[in-house]
Amino acid sequence: MKAQRLGAWIAIAIGASYFIIPLLGTLEFSLRMRRGEYSFDAYQSVFADIQFRETFGYSMMMALLTIIFGMLLVVPTAYWVRLRLPQVRPVVEFITLLPLVIPAIVIVFGYLRLYNSSSMLPLTGSTSGTNALLMFSYMTLSLPYMYRAVDTAMRAIDVRTLTEAAESLGAKWPTILFRCIFPNVMSGVLSGSFITFAIVMGEFTMAALLNRPAFGPYLQLVGANKAYEPSALAVIAFAITWLSMGLIQLVSRFQKSAPAKA
Amino acid sequence: MTTTTAAAPLISKRAIIDWLGIAPFMIFALMFLIVPTLYLVTGAFLTPEGELTFKNIADLFTPSILSAYWISIRVSVASSLGGALIGFFLAWAIVLGGVPTWVRSGLLTFSGVASNFAGVPLAFAFLATLGRTGLVTVFLRDWFGFNLYSTGFNLLSFFGLTITYMYFQIPLMVLILTPALDGMKKEWREASEILGASTWQYWRMVALPILWPSLLGTTLLLFANAFGAIATAYALTGSSLNIVPILLYAQIRGDVLHNPNLGYALALGMIVITGISNILYIWLRMRAERWQK
Repeated sequence: MKAQRLGAWIAIAIGASYFIIPLLGTLEFSLRMRRGEYSFDAYQSVFADIQFRETFGYSMMMALLTIIFGMLLVVPTAYWVRLRLPQVRPVVEFITLLPLVIPAIVIVFGYLRLYNSSSMLPLTGSTSGTNALLMFSYMTLSLPYMYRAVDTAMRAIDVRTLTEAAESLGAKWPTILFRCIFPNVMSGVLSGSFITFAIVMGEFTMAALLNRPAFGPYLQLVGANKAYEPSALAVIAFAITWLSMGLIQLVSRFQKSAPAKA
Repeated sequence: MTTTTAAAPLISKRAIIDWLGIAPFMIFALMFLIVPTLYLVTGAFLTPEGELTFKNIADLFTPSILSAYWISIRVSVASSLGGALIGFFLAWAIVLGGVPTWVRSGLLTFSGVASNFAGVPLAFAFLATLGRTGLVTVFLRDWFGFNLYSTGFNLLSFFGLTITYMYFQIPLMVLILTPALDGMKKEWREASEILGASTWQYWRMVALPILWPSLLGTTLLLFANAFGAIATAYALTGSSLNIVPILLYAQIRGDVLHNPNLGYALALGMIVITGISNILYIWLRMRAERWQK
């Protein structure tokens, strides 16, 4: 038993150092810009870069739109499948898992061929069309996570009883959906949203191939041209991921302490 | 008879409404997931003029493309096996190793973050650590007089990419395997001990036969995960390491293969490889879940 505990501690020590050393390395490197002493110069340089602010803002906006439209698609679908079409559940679940199977680069390759400026639906022909296509691509990428999160939250409530109760009180469909279902699956909506946020903020392939000024391609550009700024950006990106995941934990804890009353 | 004829249209009307409810989702999935993929898949079997051909598929087996697939498969296999092995030991340590609970929750939280910390920033992190002026490289040089790069090590290589990928592979393994290990009942261990089994016998004859679908399935998932990844590799190596996603990226950007339909075949090859490993994963997971009830 003692040997086992020792082995466990050794495994954790090795794992922890593998996880922590790159983070320390990045942090240390990002502070090294001024010769001979540590400083926040790299961060200043990053925050002063107008392109940083523009691409960061663009990706934030994209993340927000992806979350709104994604949830408007996913919540009613998950609700409807549970209420009326339990027999198509396996099909819908299979479709939501497809973005994990088909690599992102293949999906965007298909978009570029299918929606180019000489096709029936020339989305890539205009800036706003390409923005919309990028948002749809992000919705596709986050579909597995959003659907899973919302569907798990919906399992905890009795969809049928809630609907019948609302109907018998004279509620119409929009009321049922937005004032009854949405608030009850809020924990799922929020955790799905945070993971979507983390995915969209760092995404590179889609934005680069659709030629949109997002944060991911900007990171790559800085990485190819500068020395210390990439590390500062990596620290910032890690903080964003950490924040998103922390918020998910917070939401799920909150949910556990105050279960939804069906 | 009259009741059935009266009921039939009612049912079908309700059915139509039922199906209309998921129409937006289905249209979205068709437009942005299924049709684009099918377009590439069919394109792989067509000439630029639109005639049926298998030449594109055959052209995949030329040395330059085969070598790209080969490097991709090697990086994915190495990082998934490495990730699975280390991930397994970490999961074992937090579930059965008798460490305090804060270690367990800390590692699980961190795994949730790290498994999502991929892409371009991950490449930066490893460049800052193991690059030519990275923290570990400099540390080894200044304190031990050991020059990492004189051993032939290069971060921008097969080995470098593998250990970088393991940064998101290990946490993923920990996240998926911890519930599987939690599902191992104490009674099994006790029963085998009463029957006189050693620890080694318990693992070989009880634990591993139960766990192998989870282990193998998750390894396959890690494999597919690494195979489709591009951002980290691209930011780390530029286009110097010729893996399939980077070749496809170059093909989309500028038709480097000089045949658009060969590009479709390249994409089809990726779908086939990630598809097979995912199908096997799902099948193995269903087997594994029999023990987790």
